[in-house]
Amino acid sequence: MKRYLPFVIVGVVALATLGSGAMLYRAKRPQLLTIPEDKVLPGKNDTESMHIRGNPGAPVTLEEFGDFQCPPCGNFAGFADALVKEYEPHLRIVFRNFPLQNHQHARDAALAAEAAGLQGHFWEMHDVLYREQVVWSKTDNVRQVFESYAGMIGLDLDQFRKDIDGEKAKARVDADRERGHSVGVDRTPTVFLNNRSLGPNDRTPEGLRAMVDAALKEKAATK
Amino acid sequence: MTVSRFRNILYTVAAIVSLVGLADATYLAVQALTGETLGCGGSPDCFRVLGSSYARVGGIPVALFGTLAYFSVFTFATFAAFGYVQARVLLIPIIGAMFLATLWLLYVQAFLLHAYCRYCLFSAAITFLLAGLVIALPPERDGSGA
Repeated sequence: MKRYLPFVIVGVVALATLGSGAMLYRAKRPQLLTIPEDKVLPGKNDTESMHIRGNPGAPVTLEEFGDFQCPPCGNFAGFADALVKEYEPHLRIVFRNFPLQNHQHARDAALAAEAAGLQGHFWEMHDVLYREQVVWSKTDNVRQVFESYAGMIGLDLDQFRKDIDGEKAKARVDADRERGHSVGVDRTPTVFLNNRSLGPNDRTPEGLRAMVDAALKEKAATK
Repeated sequence: MTVSRFRNILYTVAAIVSLVGLADATYLAVQALTGETLGCGGSPDCFRVLGSSYARVGGIPVALFGTLAYFSVFTFATFAAFGYVQARVLLIPIIGAMFLATLWLLYVQAFLLHAYCRYCLFSAAITFLLAGLVIALPPERDGSGA
């Protein structure tokens, strides 16, 4: 019996590892979300309150819940802009603020973007914040850095300082977060393509291209 | 206590320690396979390590190699504890390779990514412990086995 015991022990551990790994995989597998009917984004009308990149009436919408301090959000933003240009006028991106609490400066960055948005320069600030993410993420005085970005993109600095602490910017960030929570978002980036969330592997440039192509085909077929 | 008995105790301890490493590596491998490391929501520094290009080799998560390595150590240490000499011979190069890989991964975290992941540090501690156990093994003289 002793002769077979190590085989039995190793076999049991192998099975236990595979079993617990499979259970953990099932538990951690990303849950794909669907935006309910009553929360679906409007078409080309009533889009003033949203930050849209691309044709506002595009048939395919990517709604991104992003955190400016999250590196994968920065990666996503890096190729999403190029994708909008590539698919012009069939694709639009809607950005939603979803600053995570464990990112020290994420909320300030979201407020800075919204303050820039109040002067009509949301996307310029969005791009600078992601491009310079590594720099400001490790800075203590982020407000000063954000003000330098505001100056760089030509904003009225006094107005920017007022707006970053103002109610409008806060309300917009809170509304985005609220929308995120209401549709089940708990991490970033969470990206919805025509109201269905994408899995991690679909958020790569190749994966996203394939999903957009499929969505365009679907739209064409239902016309 | 005889040398042989002391050796068997060390092999048994190595097998138990490798089980802890196996659990840690399995958790990391599952995280990588589900794509959880491709987003933010947990520890930002863990993301920076596990979501980096260094966390995969040829598209395969490093943690998966870790899982296989810890399972191999467990297997060989178990067989060694039961007196299988060949298992004892195989155990040393595997732990040596894990030790070198761990040094590289620590270097990556400290000097290239400037971020640490606690699960990776835990795995490093386990590997160092296994290396210490192997070093503490008295040399084989009798050449006997099952």
